[in-house]
Amino acid sequence: MSANGDLGWSRSEIMIVASARQLAGRRVCFVGIGLPNIVCNLGKRTVAPDLQLVYESGIFGSAPKRLPLSIGDPTLVTGSMAVCSMYELFAFYLQAGLVDVGFLGAAQIDRFGNINTSVIGNYSSPKVRLPGSGGACEIAINSREVFVIMRQGQRSFVETLDFRTSPGHSGDPEHDAKRGWFGSGPTSVVTDLGTYFFDQDTGEMTLATLHPGVTLDEVRENMGWDPKVAGDLGETPAPTDGELRLIREELDPQGVYTK
Amino acid sequence: MRDAIAELVRDGDTVAIEGFTHLICFAAGHEIIRQRKRDLTLCRLTPDVVYDQMIGAGVAKKLVFSWMGNPGVGSLHAVRRRVEKQDPEPLEIEEYSHFGMVCRYVAGASNLPFFPIRSYFESDIPKANPRIVPVRSPYGDEEVYAVPPLNPDVTIVHVQRADVNGNAQIWGLLGCQREAAFAAKRTIVVCEEIVDESVIRSDPNRTVIPGLVVDAVVQEPFGCHPSYAQGYYDRDNRFYLDWERISRDPETLEAWLQEWVYDLGCHRDYVEKWGDAHWTSLRPGIALSGDVNFGEYA
Repeated sequence: MSANGDLGWSRSEIMIVASARQLAGRRVCFVGIGLPNIVCNLGKRTVAPDLQLVYESGIFGSAPKRLPLSIGDPTLVTGSMAVCSMYELFAFYLQAGLVDVGFLGAAQIDRFGNINTSVIGNYSSPKVRLPGSGGACEIAINSREVFVIMRQGQRSFVETLDFRTSPGHSGDPEHDAKRGWFGSGPTSVVTDLGTYFFDQDTGEMTLATLHPGVTLDEVRENMGWDPKVAGDLGETPAPTDGELRLIREELDPQGVYTK
Repeated sequence: MRDAIAELVRDGDTVAIEGFTHLICFAAGHEIIRQRKRDLTLCRLTPDVVYDQMIGAGVAKKLVFSWMGNPGVGSLHAVRRRVEKQDPEPLEIEEYSHFGMVCRYVAGASNLPFFPIRSYFESDIPKANPRIVPVRSPYGDEEVYAVPPLNPDVTIVHVQRADVNGNAQIWGLLGCQREAAFAAKRTIVVCEEIVDESVIRSDPNRTVIPGLVVDAVVQEPFGCHPSYAQGYYDRDNRFYLDWERISRDPETLEAWLQEWVYDLGCHRDYVEKWGDAHWTSLRPGIALSGDVNFGEYA
Protein backbone atom coordinates (compact mmCIF):
# COMPACT_ATOMS: atom_id res chain seq x y z
CA MET A 1 0.00 0.00 0.00
CA SER A 2 1.53 3.33 -0.99
CA ALA A 3 2.15 5.50 2.05
CA ASN A 4 0.49 8.88 2.14
CA GLY A 5 1.93 10.70 5.13
CA ASP A 6 -0.27 10.18 8.16
CA LEU A 7 -3.58 10.67 6.39
CA GLY A 8 -4.61 7.13 7.24
CA TRP A 9 -5.33 5.97 3.69
CA SER A 10 -3.38 5.41 0.50
CA ARG A 11 -3.67 7.16 -2.84
CA SER A 12 -5.00 3.96 -4.39
CA GLU A 13 -7.74 3.96 -1.78
CA ILE A 14 -8.84 7.54 -2.41
CA MET A 15 -8.76 6.87 -6.15
CA ILE A 16 -11.11 3.91 -5.69
CA VAL A 17 -13.37 5.83 -3.30
CA ALA A 18 -13.57 8.98 -5.46
CA SER A 19 -14.42 6.91 -8.51
CA ALA A 20 -17.03 4.82 -6.70
CA ARG A 21 -18.84 7.95 -5.44
CA GLN A 22 -19.44 9.03 -9.03
CA LEU A 23 -21.72 6.04 -9.49
CA ALA A 24 -24.43 7.73 -7.41
CA GLY A 25 -27.69 7.77 -9.35
CA ARG A 26 -26.53 5.31 -12.02
CA ARG A 27 -28.48 2.10 -12.60
CA VAL A 28 -26.59 -0.06 -15.06
CA CYS A 29 -22.82 -0.24 -15.03
CA PHE A 30 -20.54 -2.18 -17.35
CA VAL A 31 -17.62 -3.35 -15.23
CA GLY A 32 -14.17 -3.54 -16.81
CA ILE A 33 -11.18 -5.61 -15.85
CA GLY A 34 -8.87 -4.51 -12.99
CA LEU A 35 -9.61 -1.45 -10.83
CA PRO A 36 -13.21 -0.94 -12.07
CA ASN A 37 -13.99 -4.30 -10.48
CA ILE A 38 -13.44 -3.01 -6.93
CA VAL A 39 -14.78 0.48 -7.71
CA CYS A 40 -18.13 -0.84 -8.91
CA ASN A 41 -18.46 -3.30 -6.05
CA LEU A 42 -17.73 -0.46 -3.59
CA GLY A 43 -20.21 1.84 -5.33
CA LYS A 44 -22.91 -0.82 -5.07
CA ARG A 45 -22.30 -1.15 -1.32
CA THR A 46 -22.34 2.64 -0.75
CA VAL A 47 -23.79 5.30 -3.05
CA ALA A 48 -25.60 3.08 -5.56
CA PRO A 49 -27.23 0.07 -3.84
CA ASP A 50 -29.50 -0.57 -6.83
CA LEU A 51 -26.64 -0.63 -9.29
CA GLN A 52 -26.82 -3.52 -11.75
CA LEU A 53 -23.34 -4.83 -12.45
CA VAL A 54 -22.88 -5.98 -16.04
CA TYR A 55 -19.81 -7.99 -17.06
CA GLU A 56 -18.74 -8.53 -20.66
CA SER A 57 -18.39 -12.24 -19.93
CA GLY A 58 -22.21 -12.34 -20.16
CA ILE A 59 -23.62 -11.45 -16.73
CA PHE A 60 -26.35 -8.96 -15.80
CA GLY A 61 -27.11 -8.12 -12.17
CA SER A 62 -24.12 -9.81 -10.61
CA ALA A 63 -23.99 -10.21 -6.81
CA PRO A 64 -20.49 -11.55 -6.09
CA LYS A 65 -19.83 -12.97 -2.63
CA ARG A 66 -16.05 -12.62 -2.91
CA LEU A 67 -13.96 -10.03 -4.75
CA PRO A 68 -13.86 -11.30 -8.32
CA LEU A 69 -10.28 -11.78 -9.50
CA SER A 70 -11.25 -11.57 -13.14
CA ILE A 71 -14.32 -10.54 -15.09
CA GLY A 72 -15.09 -14.21 -15.65
CA ASP A 73 -14.89 -15.30 -12.01
CA PRO A 74 -17.47 -17.99 -11.10
CA THR A 75 -18.59 -15.94 -8.08
CA LEU A 76 -20.07 -13.43 -10.54
CA VAL A 77 -22.41 -16.09 -11.90
CA THR A 78 -23.86 -17.68 -8.76
CA GLY A 79 -26.80 -15.57 -7.59
CA SER A 80 -26.72 -13.20 -10.58
CA MET A 81 -29.92 -12.00 -12.25
CA ALA A 82 -29.09 -13.26 -15.74
CA VAL A 83 -26.36 -15.10 -17.58
CA CYS A 84 -26.39 -14.69 -21.35
CA SER A 85 -24.18 -15.27 -24.37
CA MET A 86 -21.54 -12.67 -25.10
CA TYR A 87 -23.42 -11.80 -28.28
CA GLU A 88 -26.54 -10.88 -26.27
CA LEU A 89 -24.49 -8.95 -23.76
CA PHE A 90 -22.71 -6.80 -26.33
CA ALA A 91 -25.63 -6.48 -28.76
CA PHE A 92 -28.79 -6.24 -26.59
CA TYR A 93 -27.39 -4.64 -23.45
CA LEU A 94 -24.46 -2.50 -24.64
CA GLN A 95 -25.04 -1.68 -28.32
CA ALA A 96 -28.75 -1.03 -27.74
CA GLY A 97 -27.96 1.63 -25.15
CA LEU A 98 -28.97 0.01 -21.86
CA VAL A 99 -25.64 0.73 -20.17
CA ASP A 100 -25.51 3.98 -18.16
CA VAL A 101 -21.82 3.85 -17.34
CA GLY A 102 -18.96 1.98 -18.93
CA PHE A 103 -15.73 1.80 -16.96
CA LEU A 104 -12.38 1.79 -18.70
CA GLY A 105 -8.76 1.63 -17.65
CA ALA A 106 -5.94 2.70 -19.95
CA ALA A 107 -2.22 2.42 -20.59
CA GLN A 108 -2.26 5.84 -22.26
CA ILE A 109 -4.84 8.62 -22.34
CA ASP A 110 -4.66 11.99 -24.08
CA ARG A 111 -6.19 15.34 -23.14
CA PHE A 112 -9.43 14.53 -25.00
CA GLY A 113 -9.91 11.17 -23.33
CA ASN A 114 -8.81 9.03 -26.26
CA ILE A 115 -7.43 5.75 -24.94
CA ASN A 116 -4.64 3.39 -25.91
CA THR A 117 -4.61 -0.19 -24.61
CA SER A 118 -2.98 -1.75 -27.68
CA VAL A 119 0.72 -0.98 -28.17
CA ILE A 120 3.54 1.22 -26.98
CA GLY A 121 5.58 2.18 -30.03
CA ASN A 122 4.80 1.28 -33.60
CA TYR A 123 1.87 -1.12 -34.23
CA SER A 124 3.73 -3.48 -36.55
CA SER A 125 6.91 -3.60 -34.44
CA PRO A 126 5.80 -2.55 -30.97
CA LYS A 127 8.10 -1.82 -28.07
CA VAL A 128 5.45 -3.20 -25.73
CA ARG A 129 2.52 -5.26 -26.91
CA LEU A 130 -0.43 -4.46 -24.60
CA PRO A 131 -3.63 -6.58 -24.40
CA GLY A 132 -5.61 -4.66 -27.05
CA SER A 133 -9.25 -3.60 -27.06
CA GLY A 134 -11.14 -6.45 -25.49
CA GLY A 135 -14.54 -4.79 -25.21
CA ALA A 136 -13.10 -1.30 -24.61
CA CYS A 137 -13.67 0.10 -28.11
CA GLU A 138 -17.38 -0.73 -28.15
CA ILE A 139 -17.81 0.20 -24.48
CA ALA A 140 -16.36 3.65 -25.24
CA ILE A 141 -18.74 4.10 -28.16
CA ASN A 142 -21.97 2.57 -26.83
CA SER A 143 -22.13 3.42 -23.10
CA ARG A 144 -24.16 6.53 -22.19
CA GLU A 145 -21.23 7.70 -20.07
CA VAL A 146 -17.64 6.51 -19.80
CA PHE A 147 -15.66 6.70 -16.56
CA VAL A 148 -11.92 6.20 -16.65
CA ILE A 149 -9.83 5.11 -13.67
CA MET A 150 -6.02 4.93 -13.91
CA ARG A 151 -2.82 6.00 -12.18
CA GLN A 152 -1.29 9.04 -13.81
CA GLY A 153 2.27 9.70 -14.91
CA GLN A 154 4.32 11.11 -17.78
CA ARG A 155 4.11 7.82 -19.63
CA SER A 156 0.35 7.33 -19.22
CA PHE A 157 -0.99 10.90 -19.62
CA VAL A 158 0.49 11.70 -23.01
CA GLU A 159 0.25 14.50 -25.56
CA THR A 160 0.04 12.00 -28.42
CA LEU A 161 -1.17 8.41 -28.19
CA ASP A 162 0.89 5.68 -29.83
CA PHE A 163 -2.40 4.04 -30.91
CA ARG A 164 -6.04 5.00 -30.47
CA THR A 165 -7.85 1.87 -29.32
CA SER A 166 -10.99 3.58 -27.99
CA PRO A 167 -12.19 6.98 -29.17
CA GLY A 168 -12.72 9.89 -26.77
CA HIS A 169 -13.64 13.47 -27.62
CA SER A 170 -12.32 14.82 -30.91
CA GLY A 171 -11.58 18.32 -29.69
CA ASP A 172 -14.34 19.62 -31.96
CA PRO A 173 -17.64 19.58 -30.02
CA GLU A 174 -19.68 20.20 -33.17
CA HIS A 175 -18.20 17.07 -34.69
CA ASP A 176 -18.80 15.12 -31.47
CA ALA A 177 -22.48 16.15 -31.36
CA LYS A 178 -22.98 14.76 -34.87
CA ARG A 179 -21.32 11.41 -34.20
CA GLY A 180 -24.61 9.82 -33.14
CA TRP A 181 -23.05 7.60 -30.48
CA PHE A 182 -24.57 7.25 -27.05
CA GLY A 183 -21.39 8.18 -25.21
CA SER A 184 -19.07 10.20 -27.43
CA GLY A 185 -16.12 10.50 -25.06
CA PRO A 186 -15.42 9.98 -21.35
CA THR A 187 -17.17 12.19 -18.79
CA SER A 188 -14.87 11.48 -15.87
CA VAL A 189 -11.28 10.50 -15.13
CA VAL A 190 -10.12 9.62 -11.62
CA THR A 191 -6.45 9.08 -10.86
CA ASP A 192 -4.26 8.63 -7.79
CA LEU A 193 -3.75 12.43 -7.77
CA GLY A 194 -7.14 13.96 -8.53
CA THR A 195 -10.42 13.92 -10.42
CA TYR A 196 -11.16 15.36 -13.88
CA PHE A 197 -14.21 16.16 -15.95
CA PHE A 198 -14.34 17.10 -19.63
CA ASP A 199 -15.03 20.69 -20.64
CA GLN A 200 -18.42 21.01 -22.41
CA ASP A 201 -17.13 23.51 -24.95
CA THR A 202 -13.76 22.03 -25.85
CA GLY A 203 -13.99 18.36 -24.81
CA GLU A 204 -10.75 18.86 -22.90
CA MET A 205 -9.87 17.02 -19.70
CA THR A 206 -10.14 19.49 -16.83
CA LEU A 207 -8.82 19.05 -13.30
CA ALA A 208 -11.79 19.30 -10.90
CA THR A 209 -10.30 18.28 -7.54
CA LEU A 210 -6.93 17.46 -6.03
CA HIS A 211 -6.75 14.62 -3.52
CA PRO A 212 -5.74 15.84 -0.03
CA GLY A 213 -1.96 16.25 0.14
CA VAL A 214 -1.53 16.56 -3.64
CA THR A 215 -0.29 19.81 -5.18
CA LEU A 216 -0.98 21.24 -8.62
CA ASP A 217 2.75 21.01 -9.33
CA GLU A 218 2.69 17.30 -8.62
CA VAL A 219 -0.18 16.88 -11.09
CA ARG A 220 1.74 18.87 -13.73
CA GLU A 221 4.84 16.74 -13.18
CA ASN A 222 2.77 13.64 -13.84
CA MET A 223 1.24 14.45 -17.19
CA GLY A 224 2.50 15.12 -20.69
CA TRP A 225 0.62 18.36 -21.29
CA ASP A 226 -0.21 21.49 -19.34
CA PRO A 227 -3.57 20.63 -17.80
CA LYS A 228 -6.66 22.77 -17.93
CA VAL A 229 -7.73 23.51 -14.34
CA ALA A 230 -11.28 24.26 -13.18
CA GLY A 231 -11.82 27.81 -11.92
CA ASP A 232 -13.25 26.40 -8.70
CA LEU A 233 -10.57 23.74 -8.22
CA GLY A 234 -11.46 21.86 -5.04
CA GLU A 235 -10.21 19.09 -2.79
CA THR A 236 -11.47 15.52 -3.08
CA PRO A 237 -13.32 14.62 0.13
CA ALA A 238 -11.22 12.13 2.10
CA PRO A 239 -12.36 8.50 2.32
CA THR A 240 -14.74 7.84 5.20
CA ASP A 241 -14.12 5.18 7.81
CA GLY A 242 -17.01 3.21 6.36
CA GLU A 243 -15.57 3.25 2.84
CA LEU A 244 -12.13 2.26 4.09
CA ARG A 245 -13.57 -0.55 6.19
CA LEU A 246 -15.44 -1.94 3.16
CA ILE A 247 -12.30 -1.85 1.02
CA ARG A 248 -9.95 -3.28 3.63
CA GLU A 249 -12.14 -5.81 5.36
CA GLU A 250 -14.68 -6.92 2.79
CA LEU A 251 -13.73 -6.10 -0.77
CA ASP A 252 -9.97 -6.43 -0.88
CA PRO A 253 -8.52 -7.74 2.40
CA GLN A 254 -5.43 -8.99 0.53
CA GLY A 255 -4.73 -5.64 -1.05
CA VAL A 256 -4.89 -6.95 -4.63
CA TYR A 257 -6.22 -3.64 -5.97
CA THR A 258 -4.99 -1.22 -3.30
CA LYS A 259 -1.28 -1.99 -3.41
CA MET B 1 -8.40 -37.05 -26.63
CA ARG B 2 -5.36 -38.43 -28.39
CA ASP B 3 -7.47 -39.83 -31.24
CA ALA B 4 -9.69 -36.75 -31.54
CA ILE B 5 -6.73 -34.38 -31.86
CA ALA B 6 -4.80 -36.74 -34.14
CA GLU B 7 -7.71 -37.19 -36.52
CA LEU B 8 -9.38 -33.78 -36.48
CA VAL B 9 -6.55 -31.24 -36.01
CA ARG B 10 -4.18 -31.02 -38.95
CA ASP B 11 -1.01 -28.99 -39.46
CA GLY B 12 -1.89 -25.61 -40.93
CA ASP B 13 -5.47 -25.66 -39.61
CA THR B 14 -7.36 -22.70 -38.17
CA VAL B 15 -8.21 -23.79 -34.64
CA ALA B 16 -10.43 -22.17 -32.00
CA ILE B 17 -10.32 -23.36 -28.40
CA GLU B 18 -13.01 -21.08 -26.98
CA GLY B 19 -14.33 -20.39 -23.48
CA PHE B 20 -14.34 -16.97 -21.80
CA THR B 21 -12.32 -17.45 -18.59
CA HIS B 22 -14.70 -20.38 -17.99
CA LEU B 23 -14.43 -23.80 -19.70
CA ILE B 24 -11.13 -23.27 -21.50
CA CYS B 25 -9.97 -26.70 -22.59
CA PHE B 26 -6.32 -26.78 -21.55
CA ALA B 27 -6.34 -30.58 -21.92
CA ALA B 28 -6.86 -30.18 -25.68
CA GLY B 29 -4.19 -27.49 -25.87
CA HIS B 30 -1.73 -29.78 -24.14
CA GLU B 31 -2.54 -32.68 -26.46
CA ILE B 32 -1.98 -30.44 -29.50
CA ILE B 33 1.41 -29.50 -28.02
CA ARG B 34 2.23 -33.16 -27.31
CA GLN B 35 1.41 -34.18 -30.87
CA ARG B 36 3.64 -31.33 -32.09
CA LYS B 37 1.11 -29.87 -34.49
CA ARG B 38 2.57 -27.03 -36.54
CA ASP B 39 1.62 -23.85 -38.43
CA LEU B 40 -1.79 -23.50 -36.78
CA THR B 41 -3.78 -20.27 -36.90
CA LEU B 42 -5.11 -19.98 -33.36
CA CYS B 43 -8.33 -18.01 -32.76
CA ARG B 44 -9.73 -16.93 -29.40
CA LEU B 45 -11.16 -13.75 -27.93
CA THR B 46 -8.68 -13.97 -25.06
CA PRO B 47 -5.59 -16.03 -25.90
CA ASP B 48 -5.15 -16.61 -22.14
CA VAL B 49 -2.49 -18.88 -20.65
CA VAL B 50 -3.57 -21.78 -22.89
CA TYR B 51 -2.39 -20.04 -26.08
CA ASP B 52 0.72 -18.71 -24.36
CA GLN B 53 1.60 -22.35 -23.67
CA MET B 54 0.77 -23.44 -27.22
CA ILE B 55 2.53 -20.51 -28.86
CA GLY B 56 5.50 -20.97 -26.54
CA ALA B 57 5.60 -24.60 -27.70
CA GLY B 58 5.73 -23.52 -31.33
CA VAL B 59 2.43 -24.89 -32.67
CA ALA B 60 1.20 -21.61 -34.21
CA LYS B 61 2.14 -19.28 -37.03
CA LYS B 62 -0.72 -16.84 -36.50
CA LEU B 63 -2.97 -15.53 -33.72
CA VAL B 64 -6.45 -14.06 -34.20
CA PHE B 65 -7.71 -12.38 -31.02
CA SER B 66 -9.30 -9.42 -29.24
CA TRP B 67 -7.62 -9.27 -25.80
CA MET B 68 -4.19 -10.72 -25.24
CA GLY B 69 -3.35 -10.99 -21.55
CA ASN B 70 -3.27 -13.13 -18.45
CA PRO B 71 -6.69 -12.14 -17.03
CA GLY B 72 -6.41 -10.41 -13.68
CA VAL B 73 -2.65 -11.04 -13.60
CA GLY B 74 -0.57 -9.52 -16.39
CA SER B 75 1.03 -10.50 -19.67
CA LEU B 76 1.41 -13.49 -21.94
CA HIS B 77 5.18 -13.40 -22.26
CA ALA B 78 5.64 -16.16 -24.84
CA VAL B 79 3.21 -14.36 -27.18
CA ARG B 80 4.82 -11.00 -26.46
CA ARG B 81 8.33 -12.31 -27.20
CA ARG B 82 7.16 -13.42 -30.63
CA VAL B 83 5.31 -10.17 -31.38
CA GLU B 84 7.83 -7.71 -29.89
CA LYS B 85 11.15 -9.44 -30.60
CA GLN B 86 10.29 -12.11 -33.20
CA ASP B 87 11.81 -14.50 -30.66
CA PRO B 88 12.27 -17.26 -31.63
CA GLU B 89 10.32 -16.40 -34.80
CA PRO B 90 7.64 -13.89 -35.87
CA LEU B 91 3.96 -14.44 -35.06
CA GLU B 92 1.40 -13.02 -37.44
CA ILE B 93 -1.51 -11.33 -35.65
CA GLU B 94 -5.02 -10.35 -36.70
CA GLU B 95 -6.74 -8.18 -34.12
CA TYR B 96 -10.38 -7.32 -33.38
CA SER B 97 -12.40 -6.15 -30.38
CA HIS B 98 -14.44 -8.63 -28.32
CA PHE B 99 -17.72 -7.74 -30.02
CA GLY B 100 -15.97 -8.00 -33.38
CA MET B 101 -14.71 -11.51 -32.62
CA VAL B 102 -18.10 -12.59 -31.23
CA CYS B 103 -19.83 -11.39 -34.40
CA ARG B 104 -17.24 -13.10 -36.59
CA TYR B 105 -18.34 -16.41 -35.05
CA VAL B 106 -22.01 -15.42 -35.34
CA ALA B 107 -21.53 -14.66 -39.05
CA GLY B 108 -19.59 -17.90 -39.51
CA ALA B 109 -22.27 -19.92 -37.71
CA SER B 110 -25.08 -18.18 -39.64
CA ASN B 111 -23.55 -18.54 -43.12
CA LEU B 112 -23.42 -14.76 -43.60
CA PRO B 113 -20.77 -12.91 -45.65
CA PHE B 114 -20.18 -10.28 -42.96
CA PHE B 115 -21.67 -8.92 -39.75
CA PRO B 116 -22.41 -5.23 -39.05
CA ILE B 117 -21.64 -3.70 -35.66
CA ARG B 118 -21.50 -0.30 -34.03
CA SER B 119 -17.87 -0.30 -33.04
CA TYR B 120 -14.48 0.86 -34.35
CA PHE B 121 -15.63 4.44 -35.11
CA GLU B 122 -12.60 6.76 -34.97
CA SER B 123 -10.46 3.94 -33.60
CA ASP B 124 -7.09 2.91 -35.09
CA ILE B 125 -8.07 -0.77 -35.00
CA PRO B 126 -9.41 -0.79 -38.62
CA LYS B 127 -6.13 0.81 -39.75
CA ALA B 128 -4.25 -2.05 -38.09
CA ASN B 129 -6.65 -4.65 -39.53
CA PRO B 130 -7.97 -3.85 -43.03
CA ARG B 131 -10.49 -6.71 -42.79
CA ILE B 132 -12.59 -4.40 -40.57
CA VAL B 133 -14.35 -2.08 -43.03
CA PRO B 134 -17.01 0.64 -42.87
CA VAL B 135 -20.30 -0.17 -44.65
CA ARG B 136 -23.31 2.02 -45.35
CA SER B 137 -26.79 0.86 -44.38
CA PRO B 138 -28.88 -0.09 -47.45
CA TYR B 139 -31.86 1.58 -45.71
CA GLY B 140 -30.37 4.98 -44.97
CA ASP B 141 -27.05 6.73 -44.75
CA GLU B 142 -25.93 5.33 -41.41
CA GLU B 143 -22.46 3.87 -41.40
CA VAL B 144 -21.42 0.87 -39.34
CA TYR B 145 -18.43 -1.45 -39.45
CA ALA B 146 -18.37 -4.94 -40.95
CA VAL B 147 -16.36 -7.88 -39.71
CA PRO B 148 -15.76 -11.02 -41.77
CA PRO B 149 -17.12 -14.46 -40.82
CA LEU B 150 -14.86 -16.83 -38.93
CA ASN B 151 -15.21 -20.51 -39.77
CA PRO B 152 -12.50 -22.44 -37.95
CA ASP B 153 -11.37 -25.76 -39.40
CA VAL B 154 -11.69 -27.07 -35.85
CA THR B 155 -13.42 -25.70 -32.77
CA ILE B 156 -12.75 -27.30 -29.41
CA VAL B 157 -15.13 -26.47 -26.56
CA HIS B 158 -15.31 -27.77 -23.06
CA VAL B 159 -18.73 -28.32 -21.43
CA GLN B 160 -19.97 -29.63 -18.10
CA ARG B 161 -21.89 -32.58 -19.50
CA ALA B 162 -22.70 -34.25 -22.80
CA ASP B 163 -24.16 -37.51 -24.02
CA VAL B 164 -22.22 -39.91 -26.23
CA ASN B 165 -23.59 -38.20 -29.33
CA GLY B 166 -22.21 -34.82 -28.33
CA ASN B 167 -25.43 -33.14 -27.20
CA ALA B 168 -23.78 -30.73 -24.82
CA GLN B 169 -24.98 -28.70 -21.84
CA ILE B 170 -23.35 -25.70 -20.22
CA TRP B 171 -24.28 -23.55 -17.24
CA GLY B 172 -22.46 -20.47 -16.02
CA LEU B 173 -20.61 -18.29 -18.53
CA LEU B 174 -21.40 -19.32 -22.08
CA GLY B 175 -18.64 -17.36 -23.78
CA CYS B 176 -18.77 -18.10 -27.51
CA GLN B 177 -18.92 -21.89 -27.15
CA ARG B 178 -22.15 -22.18 -29.14
CA GLU B 179 -21.22 -19.74 -31.90
CA ALA B 180 -17.72 -21.17 -32.35
CA ALA B 181 -19.03 -24.74 -32.42
CA PHE B 182 -21.69 -24.00 -35.06
CA ALA B 183 -19.18 -21.99 -37.12
CA ALA B 184 -16.57 -24.75 -37.32
CA LYS B 185 -16.04 -27.32 -40.05
CA ARG B 186 -15.18 -29.87 -37.33
CA THR B 187 -16.12 -29.63 -33.65
CA ILE B 188 -14.70 -31.47 -30.67
CA VAL B 189 -16.74 -31.41 -27.46
CA VAL B 190 -14.82 -32.18 -24.29
CA CYS B 191 -16.85 -32.75 -21.13
CA GLU B 192 -16.50 -33.22 -17.42
CA GLU B 193 -19.16 -35.94 -17.46
CA ILE B 194 -20.78 -38.19 -20.03
CA VAL B 195 -24.45 -38.53 -19.17
CA ASP B 196 -27.34 -40.51 -20.55
CA GLU B 197 -29.37 -38.91 -23.32
CA SER B 198 -32.36 -38.85 -20.91
CA VAL B 199 -30.46 -36.40 -18.65
CA ILE B 200 -29.99 -34.05 -21.60
CA ARG B 201 -33.64 -34.42 -22.63
CA SER B 202 -34.84 -33.67 -19.09
CA ASP B 203 -33.36 -30.16 -19.30
CA PRO B 204 -33.33 -29.10 -22.99
CA ASN B 205 -32.96 -25.34 -22.37
CA ARG B 206 -29.47 -26.02 -21.09
CA THR B 207 -28.35 -27.71 -24.32
CA VAL B 208 -25.99 -25.26 -25.98
CA ILE B 209 -24.55 -27.47 -28.70
CA PRO B 210 -26.48 -30.27 -30.40
CA GLY B 211 -24.71 -33.47 -31.38
CA LEU B 212 -25.67 -32.60 -34.96
CA VAL B 213 -22.60 -30.35 -35.26
CA VAL B 214 -20.21 -32.43 -33.13
CA ASP B 215 -17.55 -34.70 -34.63
CA ALA B 216 -15.98 -36.10 -31.46
CA VAL B 217 -16.88 -36.30 -27.79
CA VAL B 218 -14.13 -36.69 -25.19
CA GLN B 219 -14.62 -37.10 -21.46
CA GLU B 220 -11.80 -35.34 -19.64
CA PRO B 221 -12.47 -34.48 -15.99
CA PHE B 222 -10.57 -31.37 -14.83
CA GLY B 223 -9.77 -30.76 -18.51
CA CYS B 224 -10.07 -26.99 -18.05
CA HIS B 225 -7.51 -26.62 -15.27
CA PRO B 226 -6.22 -23.96 -14.45
CA SER B 227 -9.42 -22.48 -15.95
CA TYR B 228 -12.61 -23.68 -14.29
CA ALA B 229 -15.89 -25.52 -14.76
CA GLN B 230 -18.77 -23.86 -12.89
CA GLY B 231 -19.98 -26.09 -10.08
CA TYR B 232 -17.13 -28.62 -10.61
CA TYR B 233 -13.90 -26.78 -9.73
CA ASP B 234 -12.75 -23.20 -9.20
CA ARG B 235 -10.21 -21.32 -11.28
CA ASP B 236 -6.70 -22.06 -10.04
CA ASN B 237 -5.65 -18.46 -9.59
CA ARG B 238 -2.38 -19.52 -7.99
CA PHE B 239 -1.39 -21.11 -11.29
CA TYR B 240 -2.37 -18.02 -13.30
CA LEU B 241 -0.15 -15.96 -10.98
CA ASP B 242 2.70 -18.49 -11.26
CA TRP B 243 2.43 -18.42 -15.05
CA GLU B 244 3.68 -14.82 -15.02
CA ARG B 245 7.01 -16.11 -13.67
CA ILE B 246 7.09 -19.28 -15.79
CA SER B 247 6.42 -17.64 -19.15
CA ARG B 248 8.72 -14.67 -18.53
CA ASP B 249 11.78 -16.86 -19.05
CA PRO B 250 11.94 -19.10 -22.16
CA GLU B 251 14.00 -21.78 -20.39
CA THR B 252 11.60 -21.96 -17.46
CA LEU B 253 8.73 -22.20 -19.92
CA GLU B 254 10.43 -25.00 -21.83
CA ALA B 255 11.12 -26.88 -18.59
CA TRP B 256 7.47 -26.47 -17.59
CA LEU B 257 6.28 -27.82 -20.95
CA GLN B 258 8.66 -30.77 -20.59
CA GLU B 259 7.50 -31.64 -17.08
CA TRP B 260 3.77 -30.97 -17.40
CA VAL B 261 3.05 -31.78 -21.06
CA TYR B 262 5.69 -33.75 -23.00
CA ASP B 263 6.62 -36.08 -20.12
CA LEU B 264 2.98 -36.95 -19.46
CA GLY B 265 1.11 -39.38 -21.68
CA CYS B 266 -2.31 -37.81 -21.30
CA HIS B 267 -4.46 -35.49 -19.20
CA ARG B 268 -5.15 -38.25 -16.68
CA ASP B 269 -1.44 -38.22 -15.83
CA TYR B 270 -1.66 -34.44 -15.36
CA VAL B 271 -4.59 -34.80 -12.98
CA GLU B 272 -2.71 -37.45 -11.03
CA LYS B 273 0.46 -35.35 -10.89
CA TRP B 274 -1.38 -32.42 -9.29
CA GLY B 275 -2.74 -34.83 -6.68
CA ASP B 276 -6.08 -35.23 -4.94
CA ALA B 277 -5.45 -32.53 -2.32
CA HIS B 278 -5.14 -29.95 -5.09
CA TRP B 279 -8.46 -30.90 -6.65
CA THR B 280 -10.14 -30.93 -3.25
CA SER B 281 -8.90 -27.38 -2.62
CA LEU B 282 -10.56 -26.19 -5.84
CA ARG B 283 -13.94 -27.78 -5.16
CA PRO B 284 -16.70 -25.16 -4.67
CA GLY B 285 -19.57 -25.31 -2.18
CA ILE B 286 -23.02 -26.29 -3.31
CA ALA B 287 -25.56 -23.88 -4.85
CA LEU B 288 -28.24 -25.89 -6.64
CA SER B 289 -30.55 -24.36 -9.23
CA GLY B 290 -34.28 -24.68 -8.62
CA ASP B 291 -36.42 -27.22 -10.43
CA VAL B 292 -38.93 -26.21 -13.08
CA ASN B 293 -41.85 -28.21 -14.43
CA PHE B 294 -41.62 -28.75 -18.18
CA GLY B 295 -44.98 -30.51 -18.00
CA GLU B 296 -45.92 -33.92 -19.30
CA TYR B 297 -47.97 -33.64 -22.54
CA ALA B 298 -48.51 -37.28 -23.46
